[in-house]
Amino acid sequence: MNNAAGTIKFNAVKGRSYWLDSLHRLRKRPLAMCAAFVIAVYIAVVAFIYISQWTSIKPALLQWNQQVGREYESPSKKNLLGTDFLGRSVLRKALYGAKVSITVAFWASIISLAIGVPLGAAAGYFGKFIDDIIVWLFTTLSSIPYILLILAFALVLKDKSFDFTKFGLGKIELSGISTVYLAIGLTSWVDICRLIRGEVMKHKQREYILAAQSYGCGNSRIIFRHLIPNVFHLIIINFSLCFVGFIQAEVILSFLGLGEKNCPSWGTMIDTARLDLPKGYWWEMTAATAAIFVISLAINIFGDALRDSLDPKLKTR
Amino acid sequence: MISYIIRRLLYTVPIIFGVLLITFILFNIVSGDVSDQIAGKAASAETIAEIKNEYGWNKPLFFAADSQFVSHFKNSLTFNFGRSWSDRELVIDKIKRGAIPSLALTVPMFIGSLVISISLALVVAYFRGGIVDILSVFICVAMMSIPFLSFILFGQYFLAFKWGLFPVFFWPDLPIANYVALPALIGIFAGLGGSLRFYRTVMLDELKNDYVRTAFAKGLSARSVLFKHVLKNAMIPIITQVVLAIPFLFLGSLLLERFFGIPGLGYLMIDAIGGRDFQVINAMTFIGAILFVVFNLITDICYSIVDPRVSFE
Repeated sequence: MNNAAGTIKFNAVKGRSYWLDSLHRLRKRPLAMCAAFVIAVYIAVVAFIYISQWTSIKPALLQWNQQVGREYESPSKKNLLGTDFLGRSVLRKALYGAKVSITVAFWASIISLAIGVPLGAAAGYFGKFIDDIIVWLFTTLSSIPYILLILAFALVLKDKSFDFTKFGLGKIELSGISTVYLAIGLTSWVDICRLIRGEVMKHKQREYILAAQSYGCGNSRIIFRHLIPNVFHLIIINFSLCFVGFIQAEVILSFLGLGEKNCPSWGTMIDTARLDLPKGYWWEMTAATAAIFVISLAINIFGDALRDSLDPKLKTR
Repeated sequence: MISYIIRRLLYTVPIIFGVLLITFILFNIVSGDVSDQIAGKAASAETIAEIKNEYGWNKPLFFAADSQFVSHFKNSLTFNFGRSWSDRELVIDKIKRGAIPSLALTVPMFIGSLVISISLALVVAYFRGGIVDILSVFICVAMMSIPFLSFILFGQYFLAFKWGLFPVFFWPDLPIANYVALPALIGIFAGLGGSLRFYRTVMLDELKNDYVRTAFAKGLSARSVLFKHVLKNAMIPIITQVVLAIPFLFLGSLLLERFFGIPGLGYLMIDAIGGRDFQVINAMTFIGAILFVVFNLITDICYSIVDPRVSFE
C-alpha cells in the first residue's frame, strides 16, 4: 500500500498552441518552404535598398542609373542581363524594381486591411443599422467593375495634394508610388470586409462571446481582444492571397503611366521594353517578366500552403 | 416570383445611388474644378469662365436647385455625360461606337475560354490525385503568376511579328475574324490558369457526391457521368461566373485593345487616362456599375431556373 507518488510516471504531452501547430504543418511542406525562402530573398533585397538609402552605403549593385556599358548590350558575363537604351544594367533595374512593387503591395494590403477588418467586424458584431450601412457601402463598391474603380481612383488621386493644415496634419502631396498604393488600398478592402463580417456573425453566437458579454466587457474590448484574434488566421490568409494581385495591379498601373516615374519599377520596365522588343532586344522584357513571375509564383504557392495549414478544416483537395 | 423581382429591383435603388455618390465624390469633390487644365496654358479669363459654365463648376456643390450634386445625378441617370474634353464629341456617342469592336473581341474570347477551361477541368477532375492532376494544378499556378502584359507582348512578338501568323495591328479593311483571332487567343491562354483552377475545384466538390458513385456503379461510362451528370449539377457556380462576366465583356479588354489597336471601349479608356479625360471615365464607371447590377439580378433569377430548390424568401 505504499504507492509513493514518485513512482507514477506522467506521460505528459506538451500542448502546442494553434500558431505553433500551424507552423509545424507548414514546415512539413518542402515546396512551401522553398517559396518562403524565395520571398525572404526578395524582402531582403528590398530591405537592403532601403538601408542603403538611409545610410551612406552605396553598393555598386544598387546604382541602377549608372552607365555600365554601351546601349543595348546583350546579356554577357559582365552584364548578366544586358543593358537598356541608356547603357544601364537591366539586372540592377530589376532588383530596384522589387522595391516599388513590394512597397506598393505592402502598403496597399495594410490600407485595405485597416479599412476592411474594423468595418467588417463592426458590421458583423453590431448588426442592424450599422450593418446595413456597411453592407450598402461595400455592395456599392463591388458593383463597380474593379479595373474601372481602381483607374478612376488612380486618375483622380494622381499628383493631388490635400491640405490638412487645418487638422494639424500638414500638407500631404501624393505622387507616384503613394497614388498607386492608395488607389489599390482604397478599392480592394471589400473582400476582406465581407469575409470578416460573415465570420464575426458566426462567432457572435458562440459561448465565449456570450461569457465575455455577461462579464461586462465593453464592445471594443470584445471586438479587438476576443473576436479579431479568433478570425486572425483569415486576415493572414487574405493578406497573402491579395499580395500577388497587388503586385500585378502595380505593374499595370505603372505601365499605364499612373505610377512611379523617377525610379524603375517592373511596370515601367515593361513599358520601355515594349518598343525594344520588335527590334530584338528581348532581355529587359524577359528580366521584368521573370522577376514578377518568380515572386508571384512563390507567394501563390506559399499562400496556398499557408491557407491549408492555418485552416485545416478547409477542404482544398 | 414577380414580387421577388420587384423586391430585388427596389434593392438596386440604393446601390445606384451609392455609385452616383462615389463618382460624384471622385470627380466633383476630390478632382474638382480642372477648367484651367482643359483651357490650356495661355487661356483668357473668358475661356475659363465658359468652360466652368459648361461643366457647371461655377455652381454650388450641394445646396441649390441647380447644384453640381443635383445635375450630376440628373445627367447620369439620363445618360447625358456631356462632351469629351479632348475632341468635343459627345461621350455617350463614343461609348456606343466602341461597344461593337469590344464585344467582337471579348465574346469569342469568353466563350472560348469557358468551353476550354470547363472541359479541361472535367478531365483534370477525373484524374484527381494522379500525376496529371498535380502537374496541371502546378502549371495553373505558374500561369497565374505570369503578368498579363508579358503574355500580350510575347504573344504579339512571336506569333504576329516574327512568325507572321496573324496581323500585328488592327486594320479597318480586314475581316473582323482576322484581327480578333490573336488577341482572343492570348486572352484565352492568359486566363486559362485561373479559370481552370476554379472549375477544377467546382468539379471536385461535385464528384464527392453520392450520385456520382451510383452512376459509376451502375456501369455508366466516365464520359457520360462527367459531361451529363456532373456538368449539369455544377451549373450553379458556372452560371454565377458566366452572367457576372457579361458586364466585363461590354467594357472590353483594356490592355489587349491597346496593344492590338482595336478601337473599342478599352482603347477609349486608355485614351481617356492619357488625356485625363474625366468625363469619359465617369461615364464608363457609371455604365459599368449599371450593367453589373442588372446582370447580378439576372443571375439570381437564373438560379431559380436551374435549381428549383433555391427559394425566394
